[in-house]
Amino acid sequence: MSVLTTNYLTPTGREEAWRFTPLKRLRGLHDGVAVQSDRESLITKGALPSGVTFTRENLEPLASSDDVIIERVRGAATSVAHLAIAANTEVAEPIFLGRSAGALDTAEFSRVRITLGTHAVATVIVENTTDTVLAEDLEIYCAPGSNLKFVTLQEFESKSVYTARHHAVVDKDATFKSITVTVGGDVVRILPTVEFKAPGASADLLGVYFATAGQFFEHRMHVDHAVPHAKSNVNYKGALAGKDAHTVWIGDVLIRAAAEGTDTYELNRNLLLSDGARADSVPNLEIETGEIIGAGHASTTGRFDDEQLFYLMSRGIAMADARRLVVRGFFNEIVSEIGNEEVQNRIMDRIDAELEKAAHNG
Amino acid sequence: MSTLEIRNLQVSVDTDNGTVEILKGVDLTIKSGETHAIMGPNGSGKSTLAYSIAGHPKYTITGGSVTLDGVDVLEMTVDERAKAGLFLAMQYPVEVPGVSVSNFLRTAATALRGEAPKLRTWVGEVKDAMEALNMDPSFATRNVNEGFSGGEKKRHEIMQLELLKPKMAILDETDSGLDVDALRIVSEGVNRAKAANNLGVILITHYTRILRYIQPDFVHVFANGRVVEQGGPELAEKLEANGYADYVSK
Repeated sequence: MSVLTTNYLTPTGREEAWRFTPLKRLRGLHDGVAVQSDRESLITKGALPSGVTFTRENLEPLASSDDVIIERVRGAATSVAHLAIAANTEVAEPIFLGRSAGALDTAEFSRVRITLGTHAVATVIVENTTDTVLAEDLEIYCAPGSNLKFVTLQEFESKSVYTARHHAVVDKDATFKSITVTVGGDVVRILPTVEFKAPGASADLLGVYFATAGQFFEHRMHVDHAVPHAKSNVNYKGALAGKDAHTVWIGDVLIRAAAEGTDTYELNRNLLLSDGARADSVPNLEIETGEIIGAGHASTTGRFDDEQLFYLMSRGIAMADARRLVVRGFFNEIVSEIGNEEVQNRIMDRIDAELEKAAHNG
Repeated sequence: MSTLEIRNLQVSVDTDNGTVEILKGVDLTIKSGETHAIMGPNGSGKSTLAYSIAGHPKYTITGGSVTLDGVDVLEMTVDERAKAGLFLAMQYPVEVPGVSVSNFLRTAATALRGEAPKLRTWVGEVKDAMEALNMDPSFATRNVNEGFSGGEKKRHEIMQLELLKPKMAILDETDSGLDVDALRIVSEGVNRAKAANNLGVILITHYTRILRYIQPDFVHVFANGRVVEQGGPELAEKLEANGYADYVSK
């Protein structure tokens, strides 16, 4: 299959959802120009523990989408990569998924499903590497009482374009925690979205991003509280350095009339490390019932704290090292949540390297 | 043997209402092993003196000099001043989120010593320094100054003084906010550092209380950006009895 036959509405950039995204740099993912490849790059790394399967299947989408690229993916992809963790399976070690291939002249349209059975417990870490053009519809179902930590690492090479929706459906008393790390690629646009199926469900959406000269990283949350007594917490931290580094964070949280007893908070903090970079941050809380436990949001964008740098330097620490300590410290709160030392060290080293690169480029 | 010489130091700071001159010509000479108490009312410029010597970017030096063993301190960056042997124990130590005390201390020690301290001896060094100041071992894993009580912040400052072994230390109101027990523990830390490294100390304070634990050799009264009176420990007794009224009324 190489031609997309359906006529989808092509975004112009004037739509609210697309107003920040550099459409011209999407390599034709949004307007159907991209040539579809037959890559199915998602692979498991290492042997799967018992109770865990990874198969290719035909699956209906879990939820509808109003994102035009996701619609194109659904029209184009021929199968769904399905990672399933059986009911009552507790997997202690993280399950690693990675990319086997990538290319810039053709685009991969990927559908992925992660399913946790009732009371299953697992950590899934997706390592997004290579130079690639990839549009991905990734859906997660957390059955009642299950617990998923879902880590995605956007460590793409510098020319990659990645647009994706990471949509989680969280059922009764299930716990979903995502940690989204974006440190590589030319354009990365991720829609981390959550819907709650039943009371007692909770979702933590955490993320870090570091954009250097010319990179565009967008993270557009949507948390839909449609049922009572669900809990959500969003915390994204970003740093930017270099000319035309651009990040976008949108935090849409909707508390519907039925969602009494909702408890939600969202936070986005950005650190501007040089001139010429731009961080857009838009928290957006819509509340249709007053019978809630809490709903709040905060957004800050700042520069290096001179007092922190002075304190560190007054102990003999050179400026560059002091800056590195502060940036590491800034990200540590979230990176440490990954819970895997090897991955955490790799991400922190990458952040050091990005900072160094930015310092050299002025 | 080291000498810190402050000559005719003039410092101003930019505020919303324009440039304000704070230090109007300060002269002080501190030698290794000496303790100089600087006492004075609020707003007399004591903290400005401390921050100016340490190199805080907020303060502009408009005249005078500061030298350590003849070398110009004012030409140095903030970290170079620390490497030259200066240390400032801050009145309001700054929180550094996400950076653990142990990581911070090791980074500082590495910078000051020119090489990373050997892990085995270093762990022991930190443990001893923490025990000496009555600090719980869990302290090392907490983030720098984050959520610390006032007393914990001051102990952390003095722990650094003992670990980093400067030649000259400026203690900026280290006694403020401490209860009697904490004051004693912190003072003992300063006295240990003095004994171990023949440390020279500038002790900035409002109150004579800390001087019962850390014996000054000289007392300087600060008012309106200048040293207005100097003497021995007996001057502190006089201040205790009469306050600063004599110095600020005009």
